[in-house]
Amino acid sequence: MATVTAAAPGRRRRTPLARREARWAYLFLAPWIVGFLIFYAGPMVASLWLSFTEYDVINAPRYTGLDNYRELMSDPAVARSLGNTVYYTALHVPLVMLISLGLALLLKRVGRLQGFFRTVFYLPVMTPAVAVGILFLLLLNTQDGLINRVLGLVGIDGPSWTTDPHWVMPGIILMSLWSLGSTVIIYLAALQNVPRDLYEAAAIDGAGPWARFRSVTLPMISGALFFTLIVNTIASLQMFTEVYTMYFGNRETQNSFNSDAASFYVIHLFQEAFQFLHMGFASAMAWLLFAIILIITLVQVKLSNRFVYYEGEDK
Amino acid sequence: MTTAVERSAAAPVPGIEPARAVARRPPAEEAGRPLWHRVLFVAALVGAAIIFMLPFVWLVSASLRPREYVFAPGFLPTPFSPENYAEAWQAVPLLTWFGNSVVVGVAAAAAVTISSAWVAFGFAYFRFPGRNLLFGLVLATMMLPFAVTMIPTYLIWSNLGLTDTQVPLWAGNLFGSAFYIFLLRQFLLSLPREYFEAARVDGASYPQLFWKMAFPLIRPALLVAFVFEFKASWTDLLKPLIYLRNEQLYTLPRGLKVVLDRFGYGGEQQWEIVLAGSVLATIPMIILFFLAQRHFVEGIATTGRKG
Repeated sequence: MATVTAAAPGRRRRTPLARREARWAYLFLAPWIVGFLIFYAGPMVASLWLSFTEYDVINAPRYTGLDNYRELMSDPAVARSLGNTVYYTALHVPLVMLISLGLALLLKRVGRLQGFFRTVFYLPVMTPAVAVGILFLLLLNTQDGLINRVLGLVGIDGPSWTTDPHWVMPGIILMSLWSLGSTVIIYLAALQNVPRDLYEAAAIDGAGPWARFRSVTLPMISGALFFTLIVNTIASLQMFTEVYTMYFGNRETQNSFNSDAASFYVIHLFQEAFQFLHMGFASAMAWLLFAIILIITLVQVKLSNRFVYYEGEDK
Repeated sequence: MTTAVERSAAAPVPGIEPARAVARRPPAEEAGRPLWHRVLFVAALVGAAIIFMLPFVWLVSASLRPREYVFAPGFLPTPFSPENYAEAWQAVPLLTWFGNSVVVGVAAAAAVTISSAWVAFGFAYFRFPGRNLLFGLVLATMMLPFAVTMIPTYLIWSNLGLTDTQVPLWAGNLFGSAFYIFLLRQFLLSLPREYFEAARVDGASYPQLFWKMAFPLIRPALLVAFVFEFKASWTDLLKPLIYLRNEQLYTLPRGLKVVLDRFGYGGEQQWEIVLAGSVLATIPMIILFFLAQRHFVEGIATTGRKG
C-alpha cells in the first residue's frame, strides 16, 4: 500500500494530509460499507449456505448437501414457472423495444406538444403495479372487458384472456406493454442527441429516410438500445407484482387452473419461501435465478460488442 | 420490481444525455414532407395516445358507476355513482393505509436521498486507495436479484423483532442505494472542485462542505432521488407482503390487494369498491408526476448517461 492511487503525478509517498483525507473519505463511505455488509455481503453468504440446507424458520437449518439443487432440476412446478418467465421475457422485451422506438420516433417529430404526448405515454408507469394488475384483470375480462369489446367492434371474437391457460400469458404481455414509458423516454433522449449534421451529411450523400435511419439513427442510439435490452430483460425475469395481484395470494383464484399458467419464477420462489416456509429450497431457486441473469447479461454484452457504437472510441 | 427499469438503470452507457439539454425545435425537414405523410404521422401519434389513455378513462369512469354497470359499454360514468368512494371508505381503512404509505414513503425517500448523497460526496470529492474498486462494487449490487438477499434480510428483521412493523420497509434505505449514489455522484462531479478547495482553505470542515455547499447545490438531483424512491415505495407490494400482518399497518398496495381478494373474485365481485380503491391509490402518483415531471424525465434520461 505504499503507492498513491489517485494523487497528483510525481508525489509518490502519502502525505499526512492525504492520509487524513482518506480517513474522511472512508467516513463518508461508511454508511454504504456497513449497509453492504449487512444487506448484501452477509445475506449472500447466508443465502448460499441456506441453499444447501432444509430450513423452515422454526427449526434450525439442516444440511442436506445438493438436495435442493437436485430437486430444483426435477421439480415440474419450477420448470413451469421458469418456462413461463422465459416465454414472457422473450416476447415482452423485443415488443417493448420495438414499440418504444416507434413511439420515440413519433415523439421526436412533435413540436410544441411533445411534453404533452410524452406525459401520455409515461403516466401508466406512475400507476401502482397493484392497480395495474386490478385494472387489466377487468380490461381483459372475457365477456365484458374493454379489450374484447374493442376486438368485437372489428369482428374478432376475443379469447378468454384470464381463464384460458393458453391466453393467460399473452394477456399478461399485453398488460406489460402499457407500462413501457420509461423506455420511450430513454429512446427519445438518445434520438434528440443525434447530431443534426449527421443527417444533413447523409442527405447530401443521397441517403433516403430508411438509409438514414439504418446508418445514422440506429448506430447513434445503439447504446440506448443495448442499455434498455439489458435492463428490461433483468426486470422481466423478476416479474412479480402485477401478476401476483391478478392470480395469486387468494385461495379462490389460486386454486383455479390459471395460477399454473400465470406462475412466474419469482412468484413461485416467494411462495416457496413465505407460504410453504421452504427457505432452503427458495434460496437455491434464488441462486439459480442469479446465475441465469448473469449468463443472459454476459451473452447480451458479448453480442452487443459487435453492434453497439460508442462515441469517441476508435475501434 | 416494476420500477427496475428506472432504478437499476445506472450502467454507464454513453451517448445519452438528458432530453432537456437539446433545444426542442421541430425538424426543418417537416415542412417539406408530403401532406399524406403528415396526416399519417398525426393519426399514428393521436391513435397511440388514445390507446394509452383509454385504460385510465375506463378506470375512472367505471369507478363512478353502480356495481351492475361497471362493465357497461361506453366511457361515461352513467349512471353516476360517486357513493362507491364512500362505500370503499367504509369497507376498509383506506385513510389509515393512505397515511401509512405517506409515512413509509417519506421515510424511505428521505433516508435514501440523504444517505446516498453523503456516500456520493465521498466518491466524488475524495481520492483514496480502492476508490474505483469500491465504486465498481456499488454498481455491481444493482445486478443482484432481490430474491437472493430477500430471505436472510427477512431473518435479520425477524431476529430484531421488527417484523410486523413498518421499519423494514424503509430502514434499509439508511445506508444509501447504488442507483442514487451513482446519480448523485454524477451531479457532484459536475461541480467545480476549486469551489470546495477554496472553502477548505477558509477552514470549512468536510461535513460542512457537504451540508453547506454540496447539498444545496445538487438540490435538483436530490429531488430526482426523492421522487423516484417515493414512487418506488408507494407502489411496492413485495416488502409489505413479506413483513406486515396487521392490517392497520398496511400500505396502500398491500391494502389494495386485500380489497381485491375480499371484494373482487374472492368476494361478491363488488368491483366498484376495488376500482374506487385503485383510483385513490393512483391519484397521488399522477399528482406527484405533474409536480415533479421535470425530475422524473431527467432522472430516467440520466440513467443511461456516461459514468
